[in-house]
Amino acid sequence: MGHYVPHTDSEIAAMLADIGLSSLDELFDVVPAALRLTGGLGMADGLSEPDVLAEMERYSERNRVGADLVCFAGAGAYDHEVPSATKRLMMRTEFVTAYTPYQPEVAQGVLQALFEYQTMVARLSGLAVANASLYDGASALVEAVNLAVAETRRPTVWVSGGVHPHWRAALATLAAGTGHRIVEIPLRDGVTDWDSAPDGETPGAVVVANPNYLGVIEDLAPARAAADRHAALLLGGFDPVAAGLLRSPGADGADVAFGEGQPFGTPLSLGGPYLGLFACRLDLVRRLPGRLVGRTVDVEGRPAYVTTLRAREQDIRREKASSNVCTNQTLIAVGAMIQLAWLGTAGLRELALRCARGTRYAREAVLAIPGVAPLTGGPVLREFAVKLPVDPAVAVDRMAEEGFLAGVPVGLRDGVTVAPDDPAGERGLLVAVTERRTRTEIDAYAAALEKVVR
Amino acid sequence: MSDNTTGTNTAAATSTAETGDTSVHSMDGTSLGDVTGVEGHRPAPGGKATSVPLLGRDAEPAIFEMSSPGRHAHSFRTTQVPEWSAEELVPAGHLRPEPLALTEVSERDLVAHVTRLTHRQYSVDLGAYPLGSCTMKYNPKLCDDAAALPGLIGAHPAAPASCTQGWMELLCDLSDALCEVTGMHAVTLQPPAGAAGELTGLLLMRAYHAAQGSTRTKVIIPDSAHGTNPASVTLGGYQTVTVPSDERGLVDLDALRARLDTDVAGIMLTNPNTLGLFEEDIAEIAAAVHEVGGLLYYDGANLNAILGVTRPGDMGFDIVHMNLHKTFAVPHGGGGPGAGPVAVSQRLAEYLPGPLPQREEDGSFTWRTPEQSIGRVHTWHGNSLALARAWSYILANGGDGLRRVAEGAVLNANWLRHALRGTYDLPYDRPNMHEFVASTTSLKKGKGLRALDVGKRLLEEGFHAPTVYFPLIVDEALMIEPTETESPQTLAALADALIDIAADEEGAWKAAPRTTPVGRVDEARAARTLIPTWDALDGQP
Repeated sequence: MGHYVPHTDSEIAAMLADIGLSSLDELFDVVPAALRLTGGLGMADGLSEPDVLAEMERYSERNRVGADLVCFAGAGAYDHEVPSATKRLMMRTEFVTAYTPYQPEVAQGVLQALFEYQTMVARLSGLAVANASLYDGASALVEAVNLAVAETRRPTVWVSGGVHPHWRAALATLAAGTGHRIVEIPLRDGVTDWDSAPDGETPGAVVVANPNYLGVIEDLAPARAAADRHAALLLGGFDPVAAGLLRSPGADGADVAFGEGQPFGTPLSLGGPYLGLFACRLDLVRRLPGRLVGRTVDVEGRPAYVTTLRAREQDIRREKASSNVCTNQTLIAVGAMIQLAWLGTAGLRELALRCARGTRYAREAVLAIPGVAPLTGGPVLREFAVKLPVDPAVAVDRMAEEGFLAGVPVGLRDGVTVAPDDPAGERGLLVAVTERRTRTEIDAYAAALEKVVR
Repeated sequence: MSDNTTGTNTAAATSTAETGDTSVHSMDGTSLGDVTGVEGHRPAPGGKATSVPLLGRDAEPAIFEMSSPGRHAHSFRTTQVPEWSAEELVPAGHLRPEPLALTEVSERDLVAHVTRLTHRQYSVDLGAYPLGSCTMKYNPKLCDDAAALPGLIGAHPAAPASCTQGWMELLCDLSDALCEVTGMHAVTLQPPAGAAGELTGLLLMRAYHAAQGSTRTKVIIPDSAHGTNPASVTLGGYQTVTVPSDERGLVDLDALRARLDTDVAGIMLTNPNTLGLFEEDIAEIAAAVHEVGGLLYYDGANLNAILGVTRPGDMGFDIVHMNLHKTFAVPHGGGGPGAGPVAVSQRLAEYLPGPLPQREEDGSFTWRTPEQSIGRVHTWHGNSLALARAWSYILANGGDGLRRVAEGAVLNANWLRHALRGTYDLPYDRPNMHEFVASTTSLKKGKGLRALDVGKRLLEEGFHAPTVYFPLIVDEALMIEPTETESPQTLAALADALIDIAADEEGAWKAAPRTTPVGRVDEARAARTLIPTWDALDGQP
């Protein structure tokens, strides 16, 4: 097929003649004959567009979503409303089909949108400067740790066992290359027990999440104190929706803030593309990973935007760069800016409040089920973990038959949270309630859960 | 070019090529200009954007400047959930003292603001975007619709496999196709971008050597490599050793051999390389690296050039990353999201990040994490919607269409190089693949025309600039990748524009660009007086 190559046969012939060739195959004479693929790729021929769409619909229909599987799952991926304005604006092809703004004179649209995004993320985090996005929550954590280790020159990192287990997994994967020593600090009664941190090694970074993976609100003061004892940087993970009600990580002493921005305008999408939120103190800006947009002026003195402090980046610093980030999640960041502006000052608080109200209502209903108890102590805001009388993975499967995505199985091994598919440790179910869940849905959910755990 | 009204620049520069023949109509008398017209009428170029109207010269206010206290756009679902107060829900001491100030705007003003921003933005959908090594091809709208299907966007990443069978089948099918295209054995779809793929590949390299009981410290990269390569090497815990290019623009084989020893973990190569040249000695390179126990890493930035023609696996590569946002038409989104899957040969498959989607004998799909997996590199399963877009693009093209993609890309790039010969320096004037590198060294000497100026001036002609000042081994480099989706008419118009710019004796480029929403931007000031947020503005203009 080749629907998207516009050349006619006569044009191809003329172009080949212009460059002194007589066949398309001759274009590849530089490829040694022994390496050339004979017989073509072992793949079907191309399909027409309607046939492709029919095929894609077949995949789509084999997933259970929406009203067929009412979502009470979170764990870093939330079923928030995406309003029409955000949806439509994120489809603007001037944003969708642009490249990285390397020519600022023709990229003011993306650049200004990113500047506005950076401003909003800085405000959410309570810190002076935010970058133009990273890949996801995991990459934001990894880059925060890399920044802190480069700044303190100490490779030991204390990470709360309440940080998302998949983020910690990615951190461990990448530590194989950087050589960082990751020490996980357990939770006690749902919050990080910094007193249990080991003696001996001095950390360069202390990492905490608020609320943590189990939904529990953590006090940053003990983490800040632990960091201060060792002159380490405090890296504060935050939930940007909870930030509508909670004090910001910056206000509570974090030097760097990181988080997952999916709740603002991005559907669940099997986990990507999401949005890594990253902010830090102004004096750390020269170690900021990824792209940064700054405001300046053009030759006529008009306001203009441009990517700046470019000397930090990999294409200039090469092997001396502390981050290799190039492509980021610009379109998702622009969407988050639009969504945050659509929510506005009152709307962000209202969103957080509605999530917290639904969570309180659902938690009370679930805890009224015989045999169900809180997994840990500690106050929660928009997500909660409970012990069930049956294995949580089994409960999730049975609840799917009842039309609910019941939550995400969680576990605690020696006080440290484990991944959903890890059967070890003390097991529970993590339940999230967003502003989309109605009282009727929550009541039906609790009734179904009571049935399946009986 | 037979059009009488737009000059004969391209025709003059279009020759028969490697022979240096400069006659206008070569070979048997045909040339592009003769055949692109129907009855003497030449089609207009589809990729020239100079018709875009601009309504004014004012700056667009920041969204924060439009804020009016009490105004809002939001609207929430009616839920009947009890309305506890914030004080009842948040423990004392944790409650934010005041609402977080964002902005207070109407939906109408927000939509107008963002829409005006889009009018200040160049994109593939406006016109040609010949950025070298970026593969700014047309992004089929079909793929937008395919990736917006409700069953794809609505799936929670932690839902049980029984509820995401369609997604898992899609990911398996895509994995199979990517293995076929690259000639590899298995693939991880988790890396969310090319650089993330590179780092994943280097960690796979590290895990492989560790399993052999070997602690190697060095990774070799050519001096023409992308900046992400050395940065990734450092993050992978290795030291970069640079190997120079020879006079052909290819890896200097003798210099490479001199750097190879048992401390070398591997080599990272882009093939075709960033000069757009195929590394003809790749079989010898592979043999030499494998002989010392090293691995070959393929940077897939330029994979578009070889689709269906040759495969990294057949060249001897062990690890391959792909940029689905280049080769497989996932739109770049103004800088992302992309997707950077990594495919490996059989001996590395057991180290891949997990979980991987797996097809069972009964036709169902499960998640499996390889025994010796290096671990996760993404929170979930990668940039899934980008993966779905790429899969729909592959379905539309098929094996035959992908080969046609490579042919079109290489044809366009070679034709354009010929068209510019005699006007721009061509430091490596030999058959290229999907891109080529020109230079303004002579033009700079003659009249002060720099690569940067060409790029800025080209914006006024309705085209995006090429990549400038890369690769680093070429002085005043213009790296040009037209891609296969630009028509011959667009190519001819682009060539005319580039030739006109070089012919300008008045120095109009100095003031360029003049037709864009802003003129040349003061980048030095941006770095000197950092204003990264609206709140940092504080009286600055």
